Amino acid sequence: MKELMLGNEAVARGLYEAGVLVVSSYPGTPSTEITENAAKYDEMKCEWAPNEKVACEVASGASIAGARAFCGMKHVGLNVAADPIYTMSYIGTNGGMVLAVADDPGMHSSQNEQDSRNHAIGAKIPMLEPSDSAECKEFTKIAYELSEKFDTPFMLRLTTRIAHSRSLVELCDRKEAALREIKHDPAKNVMLPAFARPRHVHVEQRMADLAEYAETSELNTVEKFSDEIGVIASGACYQYAKEALGDKASYLKLGMVNPLPVRLIKDFAASVKKLYVIEELDPVIENHCKKNGIEVTGKEVFSMCGEFSQRTVASVILGKTAESTALDEPMPVRPPAMCCGCPHRGLFYALKKLKLYVSGDIGCYTLGASAPLSMMDNCICMGASVSALHGINLARGEEQEKKSVAVIGDSTFIHSGITGLINIAYNATNSVVIILDNSITGMTGHQQNPTTGKNIKGEPAIAVDLEALCRSVGIDDVRVTDPYDIDATVDTVKAALEHNGPSVVISRRPCALLKYVKHNPPLKINADKCIGCKACLTIGCPAISVKNGKAVIDATQCVGCGVCSGLCRKGAIDDD
Amino acid sequence: MMTDNKSILIVGVGGQGTLLASRILGKALTSLDYDVKVSEVHGMSQRGGSVETYVKYGEKVFSPIIKEGEADIILSFELLEAARYLPFLKIGGKVIVNTQKIDPMSVVTGKAEYPSLLEEKIIAKGAELTCVDALALAKQAGSVKAVNIVLIGVMASHSEIEKQVWLDAVVSTVPEKFRELNIKAFELGYGSAK
Repeated sequence: MKELMLGNEAVARGLYEAGVLVVSSYPGTPSTEITENAAKYDEMKCEWAPNEKVACEVASGASIAGARAFCGMKHVGLNVAADPIYTMSYIGTNGGMVLAVADDPGMHSSQNEQDSRNHAIGAKIPMLEPSDSAECKEFTKIAYELSEKFDTPFMLRLTTRIAHSRSLVELCDRKEAALREIKHDPAKNVMLPAFARPRHVHVEQRMADLAEYAETSELNTVEKFSDEIGVIASGACYQYAKEALGDKASYLKLGMVNPLPVRLIKDFAASVKKLYVIEELDPVIENHCKKNGIEVTGKEVFSMCGEFSQRTVASVILGKTAESTALDEPMPVRPPAMCCGCPHRGLFYALKKLKLYVSGDIGCYTLGASAPLSMMDNCICMGASVSALHGINLARGEEQEKKSVAVIGDSTFIHSGITGLINIAYNATNSVVIILDNSITGMTGHQQNPTTGKNIKGEPAIAVDLEALCRSVGIDDVRVTDPYDIDATVDTVKAALEHNGPSVVISRRPCALLKYVKHNPPLKINADKCIGCKACLTIGCPAISVKNGKAVIDATQCVGCGVCSGLCRKGAIDDD
Repeated sequence: MMTDNKSILIVGVGGQGTLLASRILGKALTSLDYDVKVSEVHGMSQRGGSVETYVKYGEKVFSPIIKEGEADIILSFELLEAARYLPFLKIGGKVIVNTQKIDPMSVVTGKAEYPSLLEEKIIAKGAELTCVDALALAKQAGSVKAVNIVLIGVMASHSEIEKQVWLDAVVSTVPEKFRELNIKAFELGYGSAK
């Protein structure tokens, strides 16, 4: 039976069919649905871990214990997990271990465009790259076979267009992988220098063996149509090339992107007059070719930046541009915005009233940087709001402390904000950290986390008590506010800033999109009272606009949160 | 089986239900043994921003995405989004648009104006335009959330694929308790264009 599956869903199916037992991940677009879908199979023990490092270590432990194990993450999550990964490369595997990493060329939902193939090369871990959902499933299963055969974790690289595209997948049954024996084998599993030195030799030999395997592996395929143009590509780029060039070119499709073959590429290069490497982001395959004396055209004609398409290939190689029509005027842009009733809106409005410097973080609330709120001054990576605020205050002293806050979501705080908070308490700046507790991991599409009281299956779980946690690390001043109440929130943040010592403010209100959240009826503008002053527009609610000089509330969008009515000096916003 | 692939671009505003529409389309096309690829948008772009979903089908589909000049049909959940994505339409292709207007933040705050006479301008560019007030029809069916199913109905009435195939895909995708409502929404959409 064939099913139309997301690439991520197909990876999850691959885990199931490969007999995987343990899955531990942290959500991150575009990787989240792998683990969400894996959790639908009762045969696998799946969990959301607090961050990618923990998740990868859980998978490492499960592999050492003899089970097939998996950890999925987005490209920047790989940086968080890099510590265990670089040493798991030495330890290798007992039960097979696969790490899926989803890159985001074009940055649809990311803060940078890093190419995770560089980590595979750096960590000396083999990497496969599927080009559609069927391969997502098959390559996942092959990765487990090879992981056990070559005694190494395997990486599976996806990009947004593979992870988030649906294509047809043939389903197979699960083949249970029996637990392998757990051994007392310190020379393999305890990475002291004396044991790690011989393991490094093993790693180098293994990569040489895998490079030899890559020369003849069925993962790398040649399709011969033309003697003129040759294309080397993998993943989505292979699909773009096939669509643009059809049988006008020959193809070397690399299903294995680390290590790369040499003889196979040389033979292919010799069979065509002009050879292109088509790869998004970094020139990984291209550099490999050039290092081995193979003449190829790559980044001199294809960009290092952004996402490619069949159009990119057609215009670069065939010089073909699209025939299309655009209207003669520019269209107003529609960037993402906080949802109607979003609890973050009230919080950011309160910060705007206080004219604060805001150290930002990764989540829905990063949208606080957008107009009209425009209340974010820096945003680096998960958890950095808290630690960077400490650095800012350390550099600039008391005056800065009185006008600066960090904003961080509940899940991000658990991920890596808590360590920054410990640093604030320990190294003593009067920093104010605001935890935006919306009771869910929002941006990635509502995953449970250690603060929500539920596990990945929605079953009851221990919930971290954020107030007690903050107090226990040495923050004496912990306050809670409801961001729908702007006056109270302004007062609470102000009091925290005036407090002598570090403070935490928990801005608590569940995400308006959560199913259990009950909404009030939509609000209405009393046109007789409205003077068209546009004060209600300053919160940037998508439901409010001004038509013919009067404010209007779109009843299909408004969820009656009431934040806007507090802004109206004429009392023109009614709830009847 | 046709030899040329077909491309349908679904656009709208995050939260309008474009994803569900693309899944229904995918299901209908799969049931007819086409090779199908559906490309979705997740994460940040979903939050009230301009969203696009690609549905491609035929004998063999390679790239999952649709670029300028490639869409046979643009199914737009909002008027401005139809205009924004017009460059993706093949010359002379079809545009099916929900005439509902949702102001982007730049319009709400007065930084930009919602462009006027978009329907006329789209037709002037040679597109075959079908307008439908899907919001009104969805309300008539019983829920403003059924806009996506109304539009699937309109789309079905323009397609060479049998009506029942579409209906089966709708019925097997939506939750059972909303089945009647969605069938009604589909029928209202299907009938609107006749």
